[in-house]
Amino acid sequence: MTVADNLLYTKDHEWAKIDGDKATMGITDFAQHSLGDITFIDLPKPGAKVKQSEWCATVESVKAASDIYAPLSGEVLKANTQLTDHPELVNKSAYEAGWFAVIKIADLGEKNKLMNSTQYKEYIQGLSK
Amino acid sequence: MNDNLALAETPLVNKHKELAAKLAPFGGWLMPIQYSGIIEEHNWVRKNAGLFDICHMGEFIIQAELPKSNFDNLVTIKLENMPHGSCRYGFMLNEQGGIIDDLLVYRISNADWMVVVNAATTNGDFAHLQKHLNKATRIENISQSLGKLDLQGPLAAGVADSIGLGIKELRYYTFDYFTLLGENIIISRTGYTGELGYELYMPNNLIPQLWDKLLSDKRVKPIGLGARDTLRLEMGYSLYGQDIDKNTTPLEAGLSHFIDWDKEFIGKSSLLKQKQEGASRRMIYFIADSRRSPRHNYRIIYKDQDVGSVTSGSFSPSLGFGIGMGYVNCQIPLGEQIVLSEGVISINAKVTSKPFYKNGSAKLK
Repeated sequence: MTVADNLLYTKDHEWAKIDGDKATMGITDFAQHSLGDITFIDLPKPGAKVKQSEWCATVESVKAASDIYAPLSGEVLKANTQLTDHPELVNKSAYEAGWFAVIKIADLGEKNKLMNSTQYKEYIQGLSK
Repeated sequence: MNDNLALAETPLVNKHKELAAKLAPFGGWLMPIQYSGIIEEHNWVRKNAGLFDICHMGEFIIQAELPKSNFDNLVTIKLENMPHGSCRYGFMLNEQGGIIDDLLVYRISNADWMVVVNAATTNGDFAHLQKHLNKATRIENISQSLGKLDLQGPLAAGVADSIGLGIKELRYYTFDYFTLLGENIIISRTGYTGELGYELYMPNNLIPQLWDKLLSDKRVKPIGLGARDTLRLEMGYSLYGQDIDKNTTPLEAGLSHFIDWDKEFIGKSSLLKQKQEGASRRMIYFIADSRRSPRHNYRIIYKDQDVGSVTSGSFSPSLGFGIGMGYVNCQIPLGEQIVLSEGVISINAKVTSKPFYKNGSAKLK
């Protein structure tokens, strides 16, 4: 399972990549691996306001439907509509082609609640013990 | 992890671990759910041949002369006219017509039978049979020593032909003895995927060898219970404990064609009563208008009324849509729109008929 170096992480296995006042978000490689084949994603809707740690999307795999929480609060600017027909991109490329949405960050201070890649690596190592 | 300690393990558990399978509890057993991925495995079975570890299922040997044993009274299958070397699917019912188990009966000779049952129900089934069979009837639970591998897929006949002469000549729902690895074993042309295939019954100690032999064929890949579930659901096959159980009858489940009404069997009078009065619920099959998957216990809404619940649902890898089945308390014609819902999730679907997947190779030749 890979953990990308330049991203921030939640304990629910979402990632955020901050670029100025915007953040791209998705789910981690650990998450896609646990879920198995992803078959459908109910993506965040552009224009919607999302709140940190609250529901923003649903991911369905063959076995289950799982809630996805926003890593940061803000307004959804765009969603990765490629995932509508090709949700398997999340399995193949969780940090790149499998991104979910771009958010306009409401409060940059919230990033202090997220883990860096070293902390997240330790966190998932603890989970798999 | 400690939950897994109490689980039974098949002779292949180490093989599964070597293959990096995801293992999980099923019916009291630690079973492989997936190897490379459910969708990839599913598609492999539809196009090539897949190998399933089904050692968890139960098998009984019964020596029963039909007129004396009461065996015929315990299943819905017409045992009397089964040719030697044939198999039949049917049910063992309780007095209320509820399904104690769904099973396969193999007629080996005039008075020699093999019964194949679900894993979680094996002990209960055995107790039920022992209780109701005539005392002189011999019944043995051989589940602990007999394993089973399923080989399924359009290329299964070619694979079978390369391991044993004549296997590919078996017709649908027949079986015979074949010598494999020095052992004389039963192989039947049956399965749970909708594809041409076989179930191979082999003593547990030889199961790993048979597994390796079959997997050495490049046409064959190991398939987990995850894909077994999506494959069977695409065919509209019921899963015991989920779609049918002791509180559902074959009439409600739409499986009355596996009942022989010309004979007596436990549960018949309740079924006849239900037939006359009309069942209060009925299994329907539905296909979603998106990739979204209906799931177990989602409500079924028809014309704004809550009419029932989903028993099985999944994304269908072959169709690319969500599919499922469930019981409803009213008549809904084919083609009608329904909604499957749970909390914020709401899926539009259309009532259809089974099988969802219509190109299966099971009955070819």
